[in-house]
Amino acid sequence: MSALLDARGAEYAYPAGPPVVRGVSLEAGRGTLSALIGPNGCGKSTLIRLFAGLIEPARGELLFDGAPLRSLPRRELAKRVAYVPQASALAFPFTVLEVVLTGRSPYTPRFRFENAEDRERAMQALATVGAAHLASRRVTELSGGERQMVAVARALAQEPQCLLLDEPSAALDLKHRAALIRTLAQLRESQGLTALVVTHDLHLIDPLFDHVFALRDGILAAQGPPAEVLTDSVLAQVYDDPHVRTRRVDGRTLIWSN
Amino acid sequence: MKSAVPVRAPAVRLGRALAVLTLLLLVVAALAVWGGGQTLDLASIRSDPTTQTLLFRLRLPRVAMAALIGSSLAVAGAALQALFRNPLAEPATLGVSGGGAVGASIAIALGWGARISGIPLVFIAGFAGALAAVFVVHRIARSGAILLPGALLLAGVVVNLIASAAVLAIQYMTDSSRAMQILRWIVGSLDVVGFDTVWRMLLFLAPCWIALLALSRELHLLAMGEDTAGALGVNVERCETAVHLICSLLVGVTVAVGGAIGFVGLIVPHAVRLLFGEDLRIVLPGSLLLGAAFLIAADLVARVAFRPVELPVGAVTALIGGPVFLWLLHRRQRYSAL
Repeated sequence: MSALLDARGAEYAYPAGPPVVRGVSLEAGRGTLSALIGPNGCGKSTLIRLFAGLIEPARGELLFDGAPLRSLPRRELAKRVAYVPQASALAFPFTVLEVVLTGRSPYTPRFRFENAEDRERAMQALATVGAAHLASRRVTELSGGERQMVAVARALAQEPQCLLLDEPSAALDLKHRAALIRTLAQLRESQGLTALVVTHDLHLIDPLFDHVFALRDGILAAQGPPAEVLTDSVLAQVYDDPHVRTRRVDGRTLIWSN
Repeated sequence: MKSAVPVRAPAVRLGRALAVLTLLLLVVAALAVWGGGQTLDLASIRSDPTTQTLLFRLRLPRVAMAALIGSSLAVAGAALQALFRNPLAEPATLGVSGGGAVGASIAIALGWGARISGIPLVFIAGFAGALAAVFVVHRIARSGAILLPGALLLAGVVVNLIASAAVLAIQYMTDSSRAMQILRWIVGSLDVVGFDTVWRMLLFLAPCWIALLALSRELHLLAMGEDTAGALGVNVERCETAVHLICSLLVGVTVAVGGAIGFVGLIVPHAVRLLFGEDLRIVLPGSLLLGAAFLIAADLVARVAFRPVELPVGAVTALIGGPVFLWLLHRRQRYSAL
């Protein structure tokens, strides 16, 4: 299976700060659902932002479908890669449909508004995440979880080949967390969608995710199928916590710290 | 409070906005041309030189000036609110008006009454002061190649505060008549004779309007968040720098000529939003039209409310804008940034 996302020795440091991503090399296969895990401050969000093209690596290279990321014009990249940042509040009371319609902007000529087809695709994206009933509501009136689902819908409206999600389940309740992961798995099956998900929800990884990348101090500390990474020894090393325990129950891995 | 908003296509809303606001502008402009300390006798326009002078040398240029300045402040306000993702941002937060006030105050205090190529030195000094403020704010807010909106906002506010103190000091040190001239300049004036200044301003302002309208899609996406905009194909750094500089030029020119007229850039974009929705691709052109109509109307009120005494137009916009601003705060539950 060929890699859709490919990092080769990527390094990045924020202005006047220490390196946050240090020589990371990894490949996310086409049509795979991958989790990016690690302790706070290990560089997960930065790596996702590098793949989204929001920042450029100080060293190393990032490739999308075999081509350097920087060779793609920004709007062309936005048609292929959709990024959902960590939950943040919107300053203006846009309607939900207005927010999701921005996902169609890479396809819309500069001085034109979105057309009926774009609106249809935006509504489909909302329906996919179970939020079609929110279309005419103002985002400032929604709960954090509902806003996060709207952000995912906006990303799906871009019709990307690859989704990059930064802690998408942080504001979601139990039901919606599981629903989001199931939706990503279904899109992987039906459309061959590739997704790289930063998550602290280790319980959701097994069995739906195909691959896990574990970062520690900006370095790729471990990678592999969930069964190989979600073990006592690997997680204890990644999280620097000797009390981490894992156990497989009914085909999924439970994780806790004593 | 949960509300369902009818979701009309934005193209329909834009058409409606342009039609309604253009009509409003024409009506307000007609009233402003006709009304004033001395109402025009339309029947005698062809025969009476006094009426002709009043119309073509005073009224029309003044209404045009109000339209240019009102449009510019309003569209800059709309752009800055999107840039900073803050509904309370307005041209004064750039620090430009403060810099312009210092420049003009120095020129007035030193008695610079001369003109260069027909442009009063006070205007040139005001513009120079505005540019200096832009330079200082821009340098402070940069971190390497990146412009930090939060730092931009803070630096602009602080530069304005420093400038206010400097203007006060200049007023104290100069004689009373020049101190009064400085005060009159600060609160804003649309006094103009003939169209020369109007055409010169238009040369600077029109390209800025066009540039902002061309960036309306980027601003619409920026209003959703920097990361979201970047992920949707916007070159965020370049766009933020361009918008900052364009707005600075807009405000610098208007401040140099008209003084520090406040609140237009704050309340007009909100009025457009309330009427036609949040889409920046509608709010920007709508603000151009409504800003012109608003300042023309404010100037008319300034001229007739206590005639023959003419109020400073900046006082009228503040008297209207202040209560509107408080009403906006009262409705703060609609905005998460407050």
